[in-house]
Amino acid sequence: MDLITPEVGLIFWQTIVFLVLMLILAKFAWKPILGAVRTREESINEALASAEDARKEMQNLKADNEKLLQQARAERDEILKEARQLKEKMISEAEGEAQKKADTIVAKAKESIEMEKRAAMADIKNQVATLSIEIAEKVIGKELSTEEKQHQMIDKMLNDATLN
Amino acid sequence: MQPNLEPIILSRTGTMIAHKSLKIIVTFTLALALLPFNAFAKADPQAEESKEFNPTDMIMHHIGDSHGWHFFGEGDSSFTLPLPVILFTDHGMVTFMSSEFHHDTEGQYVVEKDGMRFVNYHEDIYKLDAGAESVAFDEEHNVLNASKPWDFSITKNVAAMLLTVILMLIFFFGLAGHHKKNKNAPAGFNNILETLVLFVRDEIARPQIGEKEYMKFMPFLLTVFFFIWITNLLGLLPGAANVTGNIAVTVSLGLFTLALILINGNKDFWQHTLWMPGIPTFVKPILAVVEVLGLIIKPVALMIRLFANITAGHIIILSLIGLIFILESAGVAGISVPFALFITILELLVAFLQAFIFTMLSALFIGMAVAEHEHH
Repeated sequence: MDLITPEVGLIFWQTIVFLVLMLILAKFAWKPILGAVRTREESINEALASAEDARKEMQNLKADNEKLLQQARAERDEILKEARQLKEKMISEAEGEAQKKADTIVAKAKESIEMEKRAAMADIKNQVATLSIEIAEKVIGKELSTEEKQHQMIDKMLNDATLN
Repeated sequence: MQPNLEPIILSRTGTMIAHKSLKIIVTFTLALALLPFNAFAKADPQAEESKEFNPTDMIMHHIGDSHGWHFFGEGDSSFTLPLPVILFTDHGMVTFMSSEFHHDTEGQYVVEKDGMRFVNYHEDIYKLDAGAESVAFDEEHNVLNASKPWDFSITKNVAAMLLTVILMLIFFFGLAGHHKKNKNAPAGFNNILETLVLFVRDEIARPQIGEKEYMKFMPFLLTVFFFIWITNLLGLLPGAANVTGNIAVTVSLGLFTLALILINGNKDFWQHTLWMPGIPTFVKPILAVVEVLGLIIKPVALMIRLFANITAGHIIILSLIGLIFILESAGVAGISVPFALFITILELLVAFLQAFIFTMLSALFIGMAVAEHEHH
């Protein structure tokens, strides 16, 4: 049957055509295409690798930043704590001092009040004494006009004195 | 058990619906087909009796090679692209256009060239002996009064092959041109081509041949893949040639694979083929025979697989269409045209599949020949 008998002419043409096609395409198509694809793949791989590197670098930087931030935060906290302590100390110191001062002022005031009081008392006493003497002189002048009256007076005074 | 029931019921209903719609389609098609069938069957068949339809001739004519590219029409009024006939006779080379036979393939019309007379008998060209008017055969179909010159004509298949070549050159020069101009990935059609090139590289060449050697065989694998695929697809067009379904074409392609195996087979390969190590000496010659046979059978299987698959597809389509003329009823078209359409769509898949299989197995055989064996 014709169907399964290969014809020499067609084998010849197929071989020639295919060989020439393969050689032409190999030189002018397959080589540049595969070359370009390979170059592109390499560049893509490189880009991916460098992106990965950049990512890692970024991560490192981020970690560093985080660390720095944490440090800064800790430092700030420390400073704040110190400041708070200082403030409290200052306040308490100031309070103490103020208290002390107030105490001394109060003490002084009390003292001076006491002194004034004493002075006033002394003055009053003096005045009372003076008045008393004056009154007494007058009274005495009147009362002690007689002997008897004088004795009575003395007795009475002596009685009073013992009572005191 | 209870929860497992639901998917079963669902899938059942699914298939039931599918069955129902399929039934409707089949009934509809059959009704369409059979109604006119009855009407035509009663028509008078005598009108067409003079010209009996021979499906074998029709199919063989369509899948076989020819010296002119026939598109449509009959006899002298047909539209046929004339192609050059190139013959090598005892008296040198003779060339003329196929149109000089005036569409005759029954060996009746004699073409005289350089004092020699030629006839075209069923697309075989015979040189008539002196005095003979037409070619004659004996019972065993041996030619009596003519000789067969070497026929290197540009036949329909060669022309179709050249069409594939032109397409491939346009496609891949385009892609190569893109790559020369810029470094970016191509877009559109070039992108499709590049994807296919990468498919051949990454799915066929690399896994079968191995990282070290595959680049050497890429030109062959790419060319053979695209050549077979594009030729297969072109072969599906109406009026096109059955190139990859021609045994001569596949023989040539298979020989390329065989040549690559023989040329590139390394020391290990030849040792394992001719003098298998690690077995008793008296078995070695027996195994050598088997191995050498296997070596030849591999490309032969490639040749036959491609040839048979493509030819079978064409024969099925032509037979389905031929049914219309065998049963002499236009109504049969209602069945055979949808079926032929279905087969044609299947052939689109087969076109790719056969190109892939041929390339894949070529790569596999080459890979086996160049593989580095671990030394025991």
